[in-house]
Amino acid sequence: MLEIKGLKVKLEEEDKEILKGVDLTVEPGSVHAIMGPNGSGKSTLSYVLSGREGYVVTEGSATLDGEDLLDLEPEERAALGLFLAFQYPVEIPGVGNMTFLRTAVNAQRKARGKEEMNATDFLKLIRAKAKELKIDAEMLKRPVNVGFSGGEKKRNEILQMAMLEPKMCILDETDSGLDVDAMKLVSDGVNALRDAGRGFLVITHYQRLLDHIIPDVVHIMADGRIVKSGGPELAQEVERDGYAGIMAEVPA
Amino acid sequence: MNAPIQSKRAQLKQAKLAATEERLQGLSLPQGGVWATEARQSALARLREMGLPARRDEYWKFTRPDTLIQQEAPVAEVLAHDEAPVFDGIDRLKIVFVDGVFSAAESDPLDLAGVEIERLADAAKADIHWAREIFGVLEARGQSPVERPLAAFNTGFADDGVVVRVTDRAQKPVSLIYRHESETSDAMLHHVVRLEKGADLTLLENGPAAARFNKVLEVDVADGAAFHHVRAQGRDHQRRAATHIFARLGAESVFKSFTLTVNGMLTRNECVVEFTGDDAVAHVAGACLGDGDFLHDDTVFITHDAVACESRQVFKKVLRNGATGVFQGKILVKPGAQKTDGYQKSQSLLLDDDSQFLAKPELEIYADDVACSHGSTSGAIDEEGLFYLRSRGIEEGPATDLMTLAFLAEAVEEIEDEHLAEEITARLEGWLARRRG
Ligand SMILES: Nc1ncnc2c1ncn2[C@@H]1O[C@H](COP(=O)(O)OP(=O)(O)OP(=O)(O)O)[C@@H](O)[C@H]1O
Ligand SMILES: [Mg+2]
Repeated sequence: MLEIKGLKVKLEEEDKEILKGVDLTVEPGSVHAIMGPNGSGKSTLSYVLSGREGYVVTEGSATLDGEDLLDLEPEERAALGLFLAFQYPVEIPGVGNMTFLRTAVNAQRKARGKEEMNATDFLKLIRAKAKELKIDAEMLKRPVNVGFSGGEKKRNEILQMAMLEPKMCILDETDSGLDVDAMKLVSDGVNALRDAGRGFLVITHYQRLLDHIIPDVVHIMADGRIVKSGGPELAQEVERDGYAGIMAEVPA
Repeated sequence: MNAPIQSKRAQLKQAKLAATEERLQGLSLPQGGVWATEARQSALARLREMGLPARRDEYWKFTRPDTLIQQEAPVAEVLAHDEAPVFDGIDRLKIVFVDGVFSAAESDPLDLAGVEIERLADAAKADIHWAREIFGVLEARGQSPVERPLAAFNTGFADDGVVVRVTDRAQKPVSLIYRHESETSDAMLHHVVRLEKGADLTLLENGPAAARFNKVLEVDVADGAAFHHVRAQGRDHQRRAATHIFARLGAESVFKSFTLTVNGMLTRNECVVEFTGDDAVAHVAGACLGDGDFLHDDTVFITHDAVACESRQVFKKVLRNGATGVFQGKILVKPGAQKTDGYQKSQSLLLDDDSQFLAKPELEIYADDVACSHGSTSGAIDEEGLFYLRSRGIEEGPATDLMTLAFLAEAVEEIEDEHLAEEITARLEGWLARRRG
């Protein structure tokens, strides 16, 4: 499903290489986790995949179901089924959460040649999904993420994911800032979406999330590369020993 | 030589006065009754003393007055009607002016419970009329400390408009509809509105008025009365318009005025508000969208001369392809106007590097117990927000429109009536969608 090969990325503004050759394949139906020290390039990878400006791909490729992602506009990538739950969801004063989501849902339906969802059906759907995530109706009316608490913002990301039903979901530290109960809610939300056709890339610092969303593969990213991959036990190793041991194994 | 040595300033003033006399050549005051003639004569005298605006004038630095004052109105193409007029869905009393002339045939009968409506041309013929307390009076009060010669010009020479007295809550809005038919029309309208104690009126204005349009609206809001004004300036791009609102507010009264402007090579909207009674509220807001050869100027002056009044100015401009936006807003708090709450915000969203926003926000405060703030900003579209929307599948064009509407929303929210606000938002959406093609 998601196939990243030898991806090298530098910043547009300065000559600084952030990703130094990333190889990663996420198969349909699987959950891959990425862990790694601060500044190792995890968010950069997720931004480059979703099409944010400011990065230059110097080498390598990234495809989703065989389609070259890197040439596409962000909205085209979304239409293909890529979704990024942001590490820092953006506040957009003046744009209502509901308007935003309805516009997004219908834009994607249109891009896929489906009919637009009418207001009533949309309302029903979003109410149901919001309820599952314990997002109250009042929050839906507020401008996108404005005045939301850290945890509310993260739940709002998952709500968007649930509404858009993407094929490939990238979650960038969705667990950071969540209380224990919210972590459970969010994990349930993610697990509810798990199916044979959908892939997940879960970026996290904590093994706790991976107790709820059990990954098939755990990758360790350091200094712009995936330096080690393994099963869920790798996350436990990180939790217990930190990154020092793993880094020591990596050839310089 | 015994010619007096003049300062530069005196020379400029003399040149201005000479140009004004030249402009006035051949013009004569409209026929009217005693009260109207007196008011017009005194306006003419004011004008002769001030002179028509010139580029060097302090409040005309950003906006060239030339085309507003030259002899002939510049030609303005008549816009084909390609969309339903704004406010179409609102139940209202319609009063139509074609190229600045009242059209009885196209207007509703001027009957509305709690409201007396007359044509200015008729009211001015009477020898005695209540409007004498307001006509040219509020305009004259608004001439100091900043001169507004185009308004005096209007008081002198406009002979059409409406004269409205509101004695109760009006059952529906009074709607002034302007229609532009001649490419060279040069129109002047002068409206007078008096709200008696506790009365309530919504006044709507829309449509392209003329190739050149000079309009004055004087509003006297008595104690406890409320005046709501929502105006949509036409899409006729080649027009030149100078408008003035002069409002005098009694105790516990409410005055709310919102203006939508899309297109227009030159639009200057002045609003002069004076608080004379305590605990009154005035909100003046505007949203404008300009593309290309566009200049939009909001010049606002609010005088707090009473205790515990609240004034709020919210102006938002979206500019692209070299459009220019101007904002000159002042809050004057007179001695003794304690507990004044004055707020002013002017912002522009510049969609490219060619467009510009020129702002002159001013505060002048002579009381100590007041809360006043002003902020003026210019910025580009928020790229982070734009990316966020696009990452959810919204195309760049619609995403930019969403952000643009969001930017304007704060001004539109100043409209109290939900339906009117929706009408305005629909106009904004339509304009944005058209630009995207
Ligand atoms: N626009 C930018 N300008 C300058 N430096 C950048 C930019 N984007 C990323 N970087 C740098 O690239 C490196 C990787 O950043 P990135 O945000 O991808 O790390 P991360 O692995 O997500 O870290 P964290 O765990 O703290 O979220 C960091 O050193 C960061 O400072
Ligand atoms: Mg990160």
